[in-house]
Amino acid sequence: MTLFIYDHTFEGLLTCVFDAYFRKTFPSQLLTEGEPLPLFYDEIVRIATDEKKARRVWRGLGKKISKHALSSLIYCWLSELPQVDEMLFRYIRKAIDATRSIETNFADPDVLGLSKIYKKVDGERIHLMQFVRFQKAIDGTFFAAVEPQFNALPLAIDHFTDRFADQRWLIYDIKRQYGYYYDLKETEEVTFEDPHQAHLVTGMLNESLMDHDEKLFQTLWKTYFKSICIKERLNSKKHKQDMPVRYWKYLTEKQ
Amino acid sequence: MNENVLAKLKVLAESAKYDVSCSSSGTVRRNQSGTLGNTVGGWGICHSFAEDGRCISLLKIMLTNYCIYDCAYCINRRSNDIPRATLSVSELVNLTIEFYRRNYIEGLFLSSGVVRNPDYTMERLVKVAKDLRLIHQFNGYIHLKSIPGASRELVNEAGLYADRLSVNIEIPKEENLKLLAPEKDHQSVYQPMRYIQQGVLTNKEDRKKFRHVPRFVPAGQSTQMIVGATAESDKDILYLSSSLYRHPTMKRVYYSGYISVNTYDKRLPTLKQPPLVRENRLYQADWLLRFYQFKVEEIVDDSYLDLDLEIDPKLSWALRHPELFPIDINRAEYEMILRIPGIGVKSARQIVASRRYSRLGFYELKKIGVVMKKAQYFITCNELPTRTVNELTPAGVRKMLAPKPKKKTDERQLIFHFSDDQ
Ligand code: SF4
Repeated sequence: MTLFIYDHTFEGLLTCVFDAYFRKTFPSQLLTEGEPLPLFYDEIVRIATDEKKARRVWRGLGKKISKHALSSLIYCWLSELPQVDEMLFRYIRKAIDATRSIETNFADPDVLGLSKIYKKVDGERIHLMQFVRFQKAIDGTFFAAVEPQFNALPLAIDHFTDRFADQRWLIYDIKRQYGYYYDLKETEEVTFEDPHQAHLVTGMLNESLMDHDEKLFQTLWKTYFKSICIKERLNSKKHKQDMPVRYWKYLTEKQ
Repeated sequence: MNENVLAKLKVLAESAKYDVSCSSSGTVRRNQSGTLGNTVGGWGICHSFAEDGRCISLLKIMLTNYCIYDCAYCINRRSNDIPRATLSVSELVNLTIEFYRRNYIEGLFLSSGVVRNPDYTMERLVKVAKDLRLIHQFNGYIHLKSIPGASRELVNEAGLYADRLSVNIEIPKEENLKLLAPEKDHQSVYQPMRYIQQGVLTNKEDRKKFRHVPRFVPAGQSTQMIVGATAESDKDILYLSSSLYRHPTMKRVYYSGYISVNTYDKRLPTLKQPPLVRENRLYQADWLLRFYQFKVEEIVDDSYLDLDLEIDPKLSWALRHPELFPIDINRAEYEMILRIPGIGVKSARQIVASRRYSRLGFYELKKIGVVMKKAQYFITCNELPTRTVNELTPAGVRKMLAPKPKKKTDERQLIFHFSDDQ
């Protein structure tokens, strides 16, 4: 039983694939540095992440599966689920060894499993596009806080850059303490030296930091949200199913 | 913008909410660099869900709820004593832009009561769309409800700025429409529909000749029918839908279970609650027409005027045609796989894709997302044959799949996604 220990980055994972083929030994488990070791094993291999190796694996993989399948692997990685790296490893290995693309072979547990994870992460990306709520700050920046289940913000960012091209904005992932800022020219990943500022913790702008019409528009939206509901059709089960409670925290209309 | 707008917003959203269409689909309008908004991927984003479970995608609102007409089924009819309000063009434009900037909405869905005359009202609707597009460079979604009886010129102008136009039929049969809305007739509905259709066709020709001609209602048109206010059968309704879908610009027909808003009007039935199950069955039938390659006469006909409320229309069709089953999952054409109860479009596609690698059995089908509870009676797959609809008889299968009469379920709380569980 061989164990690979790597730095738990996507490049690192691809390097694992490269080295495995090179050594002709395939790990039965992938571990991150510092993780407890299992009781029994034969060999430990420490993998040093190497961008060149990673790129070669990625390019080789591109010849075996479609662009969509390729990008869905990144989605799965961003799920941050335990053991998703091992599934990805097995998938990549099968894809490389197969003579034709394995991506639609849903009878294979890894293909099916990853396709399900992809759907979940993609769902989270869509949830972000749906449920991000901006508050206008006094300096004109539009601020939104999110706390996605999976690390899906990078996947949704192009959408926001395209849509809100004439306003400055910041979307901040409170759980992972980083965000994206658009300055009317480009969008950049940002972190803050002091992540304990109130709005980076609560996700809500303090009234003193709000644009002077912000409160009014929040009230207008809340009023609209209430008025548009047809009482005769109340259906809170569907309401909660389509807008899961875990998003309510930052939804203006649910405050 | 001030508190005044707040009161108006409340009144006008209340008045607009009975129009069911909310979808903001059908267009890809790219962001022109540095401006506000886009519409994505040809489908709309639901930004919120009201407590009635309906998607909030657009700011659905009326310009005014004053109306010179007196349609019996409408909350805004002139004989009703309700709060009335009118938003100015600039207030509407402002609300739309500011809501959009905060990612509350995909765009605007604007309708109006008729004030003075149809053209006067239509002009104002068009002005809102025009200002949004030309003054504010707004690329979000705009859906305008065309006023019945509006002139061709105004409909044509509206088409330049709106992604979608709609004219509501409301009542499928003209004699019933005239009974409830004496000031309207089918002509006033079908005429603007034709204008839209012609506008799109002319625009297509123009765009072949000149590349930069702007698109005319790129997301086509839609309409709505009220269900349960008059005596039409589901056959009447679905035949009308199917003939509307024959026009390439007609993208969606919406069905709205009648809500007794004007209980005092004796021309209307008094319903304790809107016929939501029937409405849902109509949507399912509509999906069969649009995505499952069904012909309308397969769903309803003279001996089968109304849809079964207990089981969905696809299952109901299958039970009327046991001779076509069981279907071999590993061999049958895609079109037949689509017709198996319990298999949706997505599952059908996955089945056809996966079976090239290996034969599929119960386990794989379940994993793919097939609702085996239903499908098992209609298929053969890699396993030993099970008891199908032929051995169990249609009545037997029906008994197993129809909701148990004992269990008391609140029929208003059905949750249906018209996706994979058909
Ligand atoms: S014309 Fe429209 S707003 Fe006026 S009463 Fe009829 S349905 Fe209602």
